[in-house]
Amino acid sequence: MTGAMSTRSRRRDRSRDGTVMSPGGRAGRRVVNLAAAAGLLYLFLPIFVIVAFSFNAPVGRFNAVWNRFTFDNWLNPFADEALVDALLLSLRVAAISTIVATVLGTFLAIALVRYRFRGGEGINFLLVLPLTAPEIVLGASLLTLFLSPTLWLFNISFALGFTTIVIAHIMFLVSYVALTVRARLRGFDWTLEDAAMDLGATPTRTFWKVTLPLITPGIIAAALLSFALSIDDFIITYFVSGPSTTTFPVRIFGQSRTATPPQINVLSTMILIVSVAILAVGTLAGERRRRRTGL
Amino acid sequence: MSASVERDAQGRRRARWTPWLLLAPGFLWLFWFFYLPLSALLRMSLSTKPSRFAVPEFSWAWSNYEQAFSDYGSQFTRSFTYALAATSIALLIAYPVAYVIAFRGGRYRNVLLGLVVVPFFTNFLIRTLAWKTILGDQGAVVSLLRTVGLLDANEALLRTPIAVIGGLTYNFLPFMVLPIYVSLEKIDPKLLDAARDLYSNTWRGFRKVVLPLSLPGVFAGSLLVFIPAAGDFVNAYYLGNAKTTMIGNVVQDQFLVQNNYPVAAALSFVFIAIVMVIVAVYSRLLGTEDLT
Repeated sequence: MTGAMSTRSRRRDRSRDGTVMSPGGRAGRRVVNLAAAAGLLYLFLPIFVIVAFSFNAPVGRFNAVWNRFTFDNWLNPFADEALVDALLLSLRVAAISTIVATVLGTFLAIALVRYRFRGGEGINFLLVLPLTAPEIVLGASLLTLFLSPTLWLFNISFALGFTTIVIAHIMFLVSYVALTVRARLRGFDWTLEDAAMDLGATPTRTFWKVTLPLITPGIIAAALLSFALSIDDFIITYFVSGPSTTTFPVRIFGQSRTATPPQINVLSTMILIVSVAILAVGTLAGERRRRRTGL
Repeated sequence: MSASVERDAQGRRRARWTPWLLLAPGFLWLFWFFYLPLSALLRMSLSTKPSRFAVPEFSWAWSNYEQAFSDYGSQFTRSFTYALAATSIALLIAYPVAYVIAFRGGRYRNVLLGLVVVPFFTNFLIRTLAWKTILGDQGAVVSLLRTVGLLDANEALLRTPIAVIGGLTYNFLPFMVLPIYVSLEKIDPKLLDAARDLYSNTWRGFRKVVLPLSLPGVFAGSLLVFIPAAGDFVNAYYLGNAKTTMIGNVVQDQFLVQNNYPVAAALSFVFIAIVMVIVAVYSRLLGTEDLT
């Protein structure tokens, strides 16, 4: 069984990298490979600069021109206290909005995949629309709402700051989570639920013991995506953050006019390393699971 | 027996309500914080605000829209021209990358795909600032171009449309690579073998089989690059000058600096309307209407 499966997948792999047509024959093949390599290099060019400049001893307040190599920035990565505070705030915002958006988005995804009901197409449209709206419009419209408390349902008003940032982040993350989890749920075998219930499990127990463990990888992927999107968001946050609440990107934007301390590069490189580690662990875990389950 | 019938009925009742209960919290959030704000923005775009510190009053003020068109026409044109250029260049760069990963990646496919995403784990602003360094007047690129004579001694790359379009292309490139990869990856290898057997010419096989099947990815990728690129203000802010301001810069300035909310709101609505028309025409042209 597993033997047959692996031969098949091996043959499939070979046909993919061996016999695949390449526009223009062998020379064309080389040109396409070269173009792809150049594309990847282009993607990494600014990253090399960011990492290199974390070892730069800048002249003046801007870390934009190469001066000389130093370890000083890495020895004092948290020297810029305001920047560190901003990063911590970003992490807090990302954690809270990811948790809420993941729960809300997963509910939406389950409802859309599991149940057929009237108006499904319309619901789908309402869910996709926030993703197609330009960020600047999302930011401007939310700020308009926050500025006019009479328009709020129940007349609640919040001062611009932490709460409004989290509200905005959850808003743009919900659709991402719903679509990501839904894509993973499409291949889910719902008869497993029936099987569990035929064996006497209650619907609640079935959900916790059968459904949830099976859809967890999709939910984790969506949560990681949300966290990354939340930490990175600048445009929407810039509109709704108000004058005194500063996330990491907002701090960098505000500061970039007056100074760019090399600690920005050090902290970015740290974030990059942590993200790559998470990505690597996730990919390895996924591969192992695939090998174990033979899928 | 009767107990189980009762449980079935109860279960069915619950099943009827469950989907709506699952949808409710997410949609309440979207209605409250996406659809309601949009209507607030629409209302604002028809309001008047005589002075900077006045409270905006709703008054069917269509003049905001007139002002949006008459004063900022060039920024609109520029935004969509830059976004179109960035989308086209991104397509040219992304297609070979996605193609090679999907068809020649072999067992390294996931690693290569990871490599496409990794650069974007650094912040958007920091990446753009890095481009500012790369394209800077004392940078290697400028001195190279000056040496080979493509750039005069007094010419620069920064503060030009080239730099802004380059930044836009770079910052949204993964949104082009990933959808194209997904659609290429779905192509059945058997189909490729068949194409190879039937078309003697590989280029023709590519054109007749691979390219049409990857169009959904091209479509999705183009929109995912075009829309954020047209609305961006960070690239123009860091890499451009006063002659390269885009509509995003105007909205940001009117809203957050001038506090001229009505005009900023009108600008936002004109912008969304143009984007929607472009998306509709484009999806008609490419024959794909499935956005998801």
